[in-house]
Amino acid sequence: MSESAFQIFVNALLANNFVLAMFLGLCPFLGVSGKLDTAFPMGVATTFVMLVASLCAYGLNLLLTAFHLEFLRLISYIVIIASSVQLVEMVLKKYSPTLFRALGIYLPLITTNCAVLGVALFQTAREYDFVQSMVFSFGGGAGFTLALVLMASVRERLTLSNVPDLAQGTALSLMLAGILSLSFMGFAGLGG
Amino acid sequence: MTTADTPQTWDEFMEGVWRQNPVFVMVLGMCPTLAVTVSAINAISMGLATLFVLVCSCGLVSMMRKVTPKEVRIAVYIVIIATFVTAVDYAIQAISLALYDALGAFIQLIVVNCIILGRAEAHAAKNPPMPAMINAAGMGVGFTIGLLALGVVREILGAGTLLGVTLFGAGFQPWVIMVLPPGGFFVLGAWLLFFAWLERRKLRRSAQLTEVGQHV
Repeated sequence: MSESAFQIFVNALLANNFVLAMFLGLCPFLGVSGKLDTAFPMGVATTFVMLVASLCAYGLNLLLTAFHLEFLRLISYIVIIASSVQLVEMVLKKYSPTLFRALGIYLPLITTNCAVLGVALFQTAREYDFVQSMVFSFGGGAGFTLALVLMASVRERLTLSNVPDLAQGTALSLMLAGILSLSFMGFAGLGG
Repeated sequence: MTTADTPQTWDEFMEGVWRQNPVFVMVLGMCPTLAVTVSAINAISMGLATLFVLVCSCGLVSMMRKVTPKEVRIAVYIVIIATFVTAVDYAIQAISLALYDALGAFIQLIVVNCIILGRAEAHAAKNPPMPAMINAAGMGVGFTIGLLALGVVREILGAGTLLGVTLFGAGFQPWVIMVLPPGGFFVLGAWLLFFAWLERRKLRRSAQLTEVGQHV
């Protein structure tokens, strides 16, 4: 694995976008993307959790490998993620109560966001070093935010248009996500 | 199990399979649903792995429901789930390496499947082990059916095969987009549309019936 940091970033952001190409983090993607005002902060919060989790996971993996405890990897990763989410939750509650209320149930649910655990698992599986891991998690988070913001903008416009009743709701969002995903496939091969 | 409570048990089971189907009705656990359903065999394996984790962890959560402090319950659930997922992960690795490679990180990502945590929190934490496990089994079977419905459609359209058996002649042009990421979104969207249409038709039928009844 000798990808440059830039390649990793572009890959995680566009070509292998976490949401649209790798299907990670779909629950918040479908759940919070109704309004642009909440979509962007949600993306930023998730990115932050990803960075913290990736940092901790990297350190922890060194420790686990040193003691030959690889079978504990999954359990310890998820505990780390849960605690970083708790951290973000407390910070948000203190500094931006409005945002805290707007994000609601989706904030603690970042714990069960596959994208966050996905970052930790993929960086371990691909044996990224420290810088690569951080770039990978930042690219992944940025890609998640990008997908969320794009989706939210489209859905805001869609509320004004005349859609057949039958397709309202999740079916419509899924079709939209499919079209977005189709267009993101155009980036394939960009990261080399 | 006595015969008296069989209908209720059955009802509990069918709830997850049909009325509250996790894939089509509740739209939970989307990530593995869309990511691994490129072929029917992947879909079945993923469904069964999830079913196992779901039943075991709901059973254990339910047994421990009286000794789990309310404040740390989510952490407890997640650790229980992660334990079973680790077991499944190693088991699949031992049974079939090819399958393990095909499913990739998504076996470990069962941990963060919302269905499991949702069941643990919403049902297993409030009910004794037996009903909790039956309910979980229903959800797991429903999830497997959902995955299979997607996997079958995507494999037939995208590769022209079913469970690896070629269905069409040499003239078949595979619809490649169906096994690529966008196909997952489109097929699930189409299934949801189909179920919405069924529901709509049922409603209209019953509305017509009541109307006729009023006229008579």
